[in-house]
Amino acid sequence: MDTITTSRPLATYLIRHGDDNLVLAQRLAEYISWAPELEEDLAIANIALDHLGVAHHLLAYAASVEGDGRDADALAFLRSEREFTNLLLVERPNDDFAVIMVRQFLFDAYQVPLWEALAGSADTTLAGIAAKAVKEARYHLRHSRNWVVTLGDGTEESHRRTQHAFDELWRFTGEMFVGDALDTDMAAAGIGVDPASLEAPWRRTVLEAIADATLSEPEDTTVRVGGRSGFHTEALGHMLGEMQWLQRAYPGLEW
Amino acid sequence: MDGEERFREIIAADEKVEPGDWMPEGYRQTLIRQIAQHAHSEVIGMQPEGNWITRAPTLKRKAILMAKVQDEAGHGLYLYSAAETLGVSRDELVRLLHEGRQKYSSIFNYPTLTWADIGAIGWLVDGAAITNQVALTRTSYGPYSRAMVRICKEESFHQRQGYEIMMVLARGSEEQRAMAQDALDRFWWPSLMMFGPHDSESTHSDQSMEWKIKPVSNDDLRQQFVDATVPQAEYLGLTIPDPDLRWNAERGHYDFGEIDWDEFWRVVKGHGPMNRERMAHKIEAWERGAWVREAAVAHAAKRTAARSA
Ligand SMILES: [Fe+2]
Ligand SMILES: [Fe+2]
Repeated sequence: MDTITTSRPLATYLIRHGDDNLVLAQRLAEYISWAPELEEDLAIANIALDHLGVAHHLLAYAASVEGDGRDADALAFLRSEREFTNLLLVERPNDDFAVIMVRQFLFDAYQVPLWEALAGSADTTLAGIAAKAVKEARYHLRHSRNWVVTLGDGTEESHRRTQHAFDELWRFTGEMFVGDALDTDMAAAGIGVDPASLEAPWRRTVLEAIADATLSEPEDTTVRVGGRSGFHTEALGHMLGEMQWLQRAYPGLEW
Repeated sequence: MDGEERFREIIAADEKVEPGDWMPEGYRQTLIRQIAQHAHSEVIGMQPEGNWITRAPTLKRKAILMAKVQDEAGHGLYLYSAAETLGVSRDELVRLLHEGRQKYSSIFNYPTLTWADIGAIGWLVDGAAITNQVALTRTSYGPYSRAMVRICKEESFHQRQGYEIMMVLARGSEEQRAMAQDALDRFWWPSLMMFGPHDSESTHSDQSMEWKIKPVSNDDLRQQFVDATVPQAEYLGLTIPDPDLRWNAERGHYDFGEIDWDEFWRVVKGHGPMNRERMAHKIEAWERGAWVREAAVAHAAKRTAARSA
């Protein structure tokens, strides 16, 4: 496809990034009131709210681009798990605080260069959303990086748990940089970004933090993909079951 | 003039007592108990509301609820800081809560069973909290009074948002209307209980009133709340579950029925529907976080050592 002949590919592209943020917001929301300190409950709620806000903007824009009567809520609450196109990384469960923070860090280190690139998108609405999101992502990255270093270079237990979190999540990071035909088209049209171009800045950020945290780069070379085509881990269905329950149980009402 | 005289003068002149001022030990202890209970309530209150964040029906409602729960965490933080000005640490207060030696508002020992409960809590529970807290902005202790001013602004948002949820449900489908009425039925009496025992029964009231820690009595605040809330329920087309509720033109207030004080004391003493679960959640979160807090301390110590090396 040389040019974007229909609006469908743009909507699909927006929904992918919207889903990343929605699913992560939902995971973080599950954790509110379980944080190790009150300050951290507040920070987590704040970060979750930022991701939810970005998701809302992207899904609302996607819905208007689609123009077939669905709104952001329909996209969030009425699609099945096979239609969700988030990265697998963000749906991973909240096993412990180390997993939550490492997951956040790995994703923040990807979102900062992503939004930087998309802030220059030829699509001005997307560029506007990205310009706001990049500021939030930088703050999130500072926060998560700080925890990664604190936990990695803290006690023996925190070091072990944090290394374990990196080892467990590592196989889900490669997916962030694997593009498909849609990514290629969007990049060619000046709307999107080639995901492969985000890997070098991501690696720099991640390896620096791993070193500061006295941790080791995981040796796992597995690259687990599937999120962008709706082939998820089993964790997502349970999350959506909970998130979508009210809309599914009482269809078509105002709330 | 000695400290005690100065203290009496401050109270008489409706000025504020500040952390450095002399104060009677009883005044300090009463304030610590009251501010800590208030702080604990904000924090425990995150649980019943947090119970619906993951199930909120729209993106907008999810964001509003998440922001609300975040505000409550912030209120907890201001209030713990206000208590710390009286020479007690937050860790100590949290420990007293976990050991069951300090309390939090009993209202949070009721479960949130449906989405309408989130509306009812915002409308009634935040509504009752504001009634109480607006009065407390005039409390004689400076840091507590200032914390109340900040908190009241956010609580009135919460109250409006809760009422708006109720409004949408009350004007919605048959099932939604039933959900709203059911939530009002369950939360009405516990909300009235939030103001505490009758003035004649309240052990701390007299001294607190004299020291102007508590500028308005329990019964007066409860009456204010009923008077403000009844017309709001009427506007929603919902029925307040009290057959004795009626306007008394002579008094210029609503008369209302007697609270079930047995239930009140049962819940205060730990036997409400959710007391065990709320404390278990709080303590489990604290214990699960121990290794994180230890790591933060250890990391800070390594940093300090590296800097001075
Ligand atoms: Fe509050
Ligand atoms: Fe509130």
